[in-house]
Parts: sequence; C-alpha cells; structure tokens
Amino acid sequence: MRRILVIFAHPKFEHSEVNQALINSISNLENVELRDLYELYPDFNVSIQAEQEALFQAEVIIWHHPIYWYSCPPLLKQWIDLVLEFGWAYGPGGTYLKGKSVLNVITSGGSDHAYSKEGRNQHPIEDFLLPFEHTAKLCLMNYLAPFHISGTHRISASELVLKAESYKDFVTQLRDSDAINRPLRLQTLRS
Amino acid sequence: MNGFLGNAIIYILAAIVCVPLAKRLGMGSVLGYLLAGILIGPYLLGFITNEDQGQDMMHATEFGVVMMLFLIGLELDPKNLWKIRDLIVRIGLSQMLVTAALVFGIGILLHIQWQTALAISLSMALSSTAIVLQSLKERNQMNSQLGKMSFGVLLMQDIAVIPILAILPLLVPTNTEITSTSGQMHGLLDNLPGWAQTVSIFGAIAIVIVLGRYGFGPLLNFVAKTRLRELFTASALLIVVGIAYLMELVGLSPALGAFLAGVILANSPYRHALESDLEPFKGLLLGLFFMAVGSTINFSLIYNEAGTVFSLTLGILLLKTIILLVLGKIKKLSLSTNLSFAIGLSQVGEFSFVTYAFAQQLGIFSQSISDTLMAVTALSMTISPILMVVFDKFILSLLTKIPDSKEQNMDNISEKNKVILIGFGHFGSTLGRFLRASGVEATILDSDPDRIDYLRKMGFKVYFGDGTRGELLESAGAGEASILISAIDNTEYSMRLVELCRKEFPHLEVMIRAKNRFDAFELMEMGATNIYREHLDTSIKMGEDVLKKLGFRAYTVHRLAKQFHDYDEASLKVLIKYKNNQAEYISKTRQQIEMQEALLSGEMMRKFSVNDHTWDSDTIKEAAQSEK
Repeated sequence: MRRILVIFAHPKFEHSEVNQALINSISNLENVELRDLYELYPDFNVSIQAEQEALFQAEVIIWHHPIYWYSCPPLLKQWIDLVLEFGWAYGPGGTYLKGKSVLNVITSGGSDHAYSKEGRNQHPIEDFLLPFEHTAKLCLMNYLAPFHISGTHRISASELVLKAESYKDFVTQLRDSDAINRPLRLQTLRS
Repeated sequence: MNGFLGNAIIYILAAIVCVPLAKRLGMGSVLGYLLAGILIGPYLLGFITNEDQGQDMMHATEFGVVMMLFLIGLELDPKNLWKIRDLIVRIGLSQMLVTAALVFGIGILLHIQWQTALAISLSMALSSTAIVLQSLKERNQMNSQLGKMSFGVLLMQDIAVIPILAILPLLVPTNTEITSTSGQMHGLLDNLPGWAQTVSIFGAIAIVIVLGRYGFGPLLNFVAKTRLRELFTASALLIVVGIAYLMELVGLSPALGAFLAGVILANSPYRHALESDLEPFKGLLLGLFFMAVGSTINFSLIYNEAGTVFSLTLGILLLKTIILLVLGKIKKLSLSTNLSFAIGLSQVGEFSFVTYAFAQQLGIFSQSISDTLMAVTALSMTISPILMVVFDKFILSLLTKIPDSKEQNMDNISEKNKVILIGFGHFGSTLGRFLRASGVEATILDSDPDRIDYLRKMGFKVYFGDGTRGELLESAGAGEASILISAIDNTEYSMRLVELCRKEFPHLEVMIRAKNRFDAFELMEMGATNIYREHLDTSIKMGEDVLKKLGFRAYTVHRLAKQFHDYDEASLKVLIKYKNNQAEYISKTRQQIEMQEALLSGEMMRKFSVNDHTWDSDTIKEAAQSEK
C-alpha cells in the first residue's frame, strides 16, 4: 500500500462544488494524506519543515488544483518555491524526492476540446503543465500524465458524482496497484 | 561693576556677544569664550581688574573639565575603553615621554636648572582636554579616527597628571623649606608616610568603583521614584562633586576620578538622564573656564617680553605638532587627518596651570618663570584654535581632494541606534523584542525605576528618562536616529512628544501608539501620520479566529480581516470630519453614541462588502451558459 500525499490548493474552496465533490471522495481513504494549503497557510507563510516531512513519507504526490490563467493558484507556486529547496529536493545532496511519483489533478472550466490543437487554447493541457513536469524531473521524480476534469462550467450534478467516483478509484489504484504504469502523456493513455 | 550679580552680567554678556560671533565666523565656541575673556580682561575693557581674579575664576570653573570627563566616561563603557587601550598606552605614552624629553633637553641646553626644566617639560607635554574635546564634539568628530586618536592621547595625559603631581615634590631643590602645602591639590594625606598615601590612593579608586557599581544606581533609583526632577539633577551633581572631592583628598586628579565613575555608570539605566542633566552645567562651567583663561593672559608681560613669550609659544606649538605628526604617521593617518590631529593637540593644557601653581608653591619655579609659562600656556590655548580654523578653512580643502578610504575602517566608540523606543511596558517590550529578534537594536527609555530595574535583570538595556524632554532625547541619540516610537499608554504624553519632535527633530519619523479612535483623532489633527490603535489588530485577529471556528475558510477570513482593517483605518479619515460637530455641552457619553452612529452611517456609505467576486466562477458560468 503506497502512501499518497494530496497537496490541495484552492483559494475559494467553499465556492467550488466540483472540487468539494472531488475532495470529499478521497478525504477518508486510508494512507491518503490531504494537505489543504489555503487552510493551512492563509498568510502564505508555508512551513517548509512540515511540508518536507509530509513529502518524505509519501510515495505518490498529487498537486490538486484548479487551472487559473493556464497555471496553478499562487499559494501552490509559493509552496513549490519554498518547499523544494536546493540541497533537499534538487542540487547536490537534494535526493529526498528521488523516485517518487508526482502528477497534477486539475479542474478546468474549458473542455477537453478547448485544450487541443484545434481548440481555443491551441495546446493540449500537458503543454501548459510543462513547468510542473520539469520541476518533477529536476527533483528526479517520475512525472505522470495529469488527471484532468474539464468543462466544470457546464458539469451536471450526475456527471459530477461519476467524476468524483473516478477520482476516488484513480487514487485507490495509485495506492494499491503493484506497479504504477501511467504514461507521461494523456495521448498515449487514450490510444 | 562689582558683586556677584554684576560679575555674572559681565561674563554672560561677553559670552553672548563673542560666542555667536565666533561661531558665525566659523570658529568654535572655545575661541569665542577665550576672546570674550580677553575682552573683559584687565587689558581691554578692564572689567576684571587683575589676573588673580581671573585665576580664581579659573580654579573655580576647572570643575567644568571634571564634569566633561564624567560625561565622556558615560559615553564609553568599559568594553569600548578596552578596545582603545592600545591607542591610549602606545600613542599617548609616546607623546608624553617624547615631548617631555625634548623640552627637557632644550631646557638643559638653555642652562635652566634640571629640576625646573623637568617640571616645565612635564607640564608642557600636556594638551588641553577642554579645548580639544569641546571642538571635536562641536564638529561631531568624536567617533572618527581623529576623535579617537585625540581622545587616547588626552586620556593618557589625564592619567599622567597623577605621577607628575607625585614627582614634583621630589624635585624640590635641597635647602628650600616648604612652609605650607595648603595647595588645592594636596589634602589630608600629606602628613602620612608614603606607603599609607599609596594605600589611600588605591582605596579611593576602589571606593569610586564600588560606589559606581553598587552605590549610585540605588541612589538614583531612590531619587527617581520621588519624580522630582531637580532632586535628580542634584544627585547627579552630588556624584560628580563627591568624586572630585574624594580624589582631591588623596591628591589624585578629580577629572580622572570623574572619568572613571562615568565609565562605570556608562552601562547604567540613568546614563542618558545623567547626561542631559549635567550637560548645561558642564557647558556653562567650561565656558566660564575658557573666559577665565582668556582674562588671565598677561598682556603687559607679553608686551614687555614679546620676543621670549612668542618664541616660546610658537616653539612649543611647533615642537608638539611635529611629535604628534610623527606619531600620526606611525599610526598611518592620512595627511589631512594627521595635520588636524597634530595641530589640534599642539597647545599646552589647563592642567598645566595646576602644575605651575604647585611647582611655584614647592619653590621649583620662581614667580617670573611661572608668569611666563602661564602667559605661554594661555597664548598657546588661544592660538591653537585659531590655527585649527585657518587649517580647516584654507589647507584642508586643498588636501581633501585626494580621497582616503582608510578612515572608514575604524569601528565606532559608541554606536547610536536608528530607533528610539519610549515606554517599555507590555506594548513596548513586545515591540522591542520583535525588533531585537529582527536584529534591530533600539535605544529604550522608560520612566518607571522599578520596571527598569526588573528589565535590566532580564537583559534589556533600558534607560531612565522622560522622553518629552528635548535634551534627554538628544542624548539618547535623537539627532542621529531615524525613527522614534512612542509605546506609552498616555496620549497627552504622546502629543507632547509629537510636538517636541516636530520642533526639534523634524527628521524623525514618529510612530505612536494610540488608545482608541478618539486619541487617534487628536494625534491626526496634530499632523501625526503613523498612528497605531492598540486594540485594533488584536480584536480583528480574535474575530478571524471566531469566523474560522464557525467553519469559514482560513484564507477567506484572512483576506476579510485585512480588508476590514484597511476599511477601518480609512474610515477614520472620513469620520474625523464629524468629530467636532458636537456642541460643547454634550456629555462625553452622548458624544460616544453619536460617534458610533456616524461610524455606522459611514459603514453604510462605504458599503463594506463581505462578498467579492474574486475566484467566483458563477459569473463565468452564466456567461458560458448564455453562449450556448
């Protein structure tokens, strides 16, 4: 059983039905630790020590956040800036994250189609997540294809129940499967 | 004009006329006082009819030098003194020995009796602490390399006065009967055997140290509790006068004893209060002292023996300058600093008057030698400040075209803090601890002796004093500081402080603790801008926690709190207009109710909103739906 760490960042969680459903579905799973950054650090003063301890114990790390302006909310960026220290996460002696798996779980108002070559955003979602991919690489982690819940502006209540269920299954699988075989690109996953 | 009042008027008038004039002309106050003395002396206006009168005045006001050394000691704690020990011993001692040796040699060449020559040479090696330190202070150079070098040399000379006065009796030519030794420098101990004198000298120093450590603190503490300011000043005077008396009793230099006591009290909480209380006495006494020096210059002697007096004066000035220049060179001073150092210290000092008088009593000097030496000394004390002015005005500007970088490497004798914190109760101490944790040391003033005692035990450097007094703020370093914090629980006091700072220290950023919005209004009306209402932040913080416990998201509450805080600060500026709307007969209670109403209506007007639309996807959703 792997230990999963969900780093969750949403500045107005109380207004996000989608993310409430998603977080509820995984919040009572065994061996899954949820760290709600905006609740822990409303003043952006991230505790490096506490975060590194949590990271150290986990085998799979999930960055769970909505996509705002093609990126993550600022507190998650703050978390990356502060916690992934030189000499700890990367650089000489910075091997504490080596071999761990990491991926983004993201919600976006735009649909899958919007995030494609033909769509409004002209790029697949992975292109926008390139900074995360390389952050993982620099820390010698295995970056996995994102878990993307798209089109949240138009999602219906029944669809949302299904999405939440699938998120729970996804996390459970990451926790329990013998090996993690998720590829780097969603494209490969679909084909 | 005779009598005390008449004399006082003459001296003070002369000072009021001459000193500002000297300052206007770019000369220091020392020269102004000296000129005032000459002006009222027997040879010009003749208000002081004979030199004896001037000399009496001089002896009486020598006490100014004692006070000055006490004040200098206060600014030097033992740690800093230890840092410059090398300077004092090496440079100071070489200056004394080399100067004395050369003057002695010249004396022998001139066929002066060796005892007399030795007494002259030792006296001539001394420089004027009063003149040099006063002008260094005026030019704000005490902490520069120049200031430290000069101070080291002067301190050594002050120490040297003791052995000089001890040696003089040994020089008495045989067969000369000393009939009376009632001179002012020797006291009770003359009849004791040598070893007993030595023991009592060390005993006296020990008494000063022990009193400084354990006696003066409790005394000042006791007096401070009476909250009578004049009693505190009196105690400060008592300390200095007492030490001077004790030192004279055992035949030591009172100035040195006072310096020692000052150094011991440098770490006491009463340091700044003592400084500001004694400063006017010192200034007044020193001024009178310089005037007395000016008035004792015997112009008839100078006129009759112009050749001898002038050649001696210029000779001694030149000799001392050259020796100091060599020493400065060894210490690697830059040329301009070295010249200031050497010319500054080139005069013969006020302690020499004491040694002349003593030597004359002992029969080492004849009356004529003593008179000539006095004239030379007074003249050198007048000429050297003039030389300094000439040097500063004409030569320094030529020399300083070459910048020297070496001087910045010297560490400061005493560092002045950027922040002055007044009031060290719960509010001030929290603030002070936070500043200290961030590496910012503040000069802390408080007026409760018990609290200071307690805080000192806890390791805080708190000084006693009432911050609404300009002199006290000045000695706490308000001139150099950039921020003044009032953490006092008394708005009237804070208002006086704001007023004082605006008048005397306009460069200071004043930050004030206010009790509530009413006090804040009053401070705002005085033009204060950095006002901190003491309950505002805590009550909002508590509100934040209440909301969190009710299930609100931490980050949302955090933003709300910040917005509410800003809103409340901004509303003060609106509400201050309604403050004086009330007729005066309305009671305070009534006023308060109306204030609350005004506050609420202000709230309605400004529509402080809990719900902003940031990260609110509803509107985006609506837009998306309508797109369909």
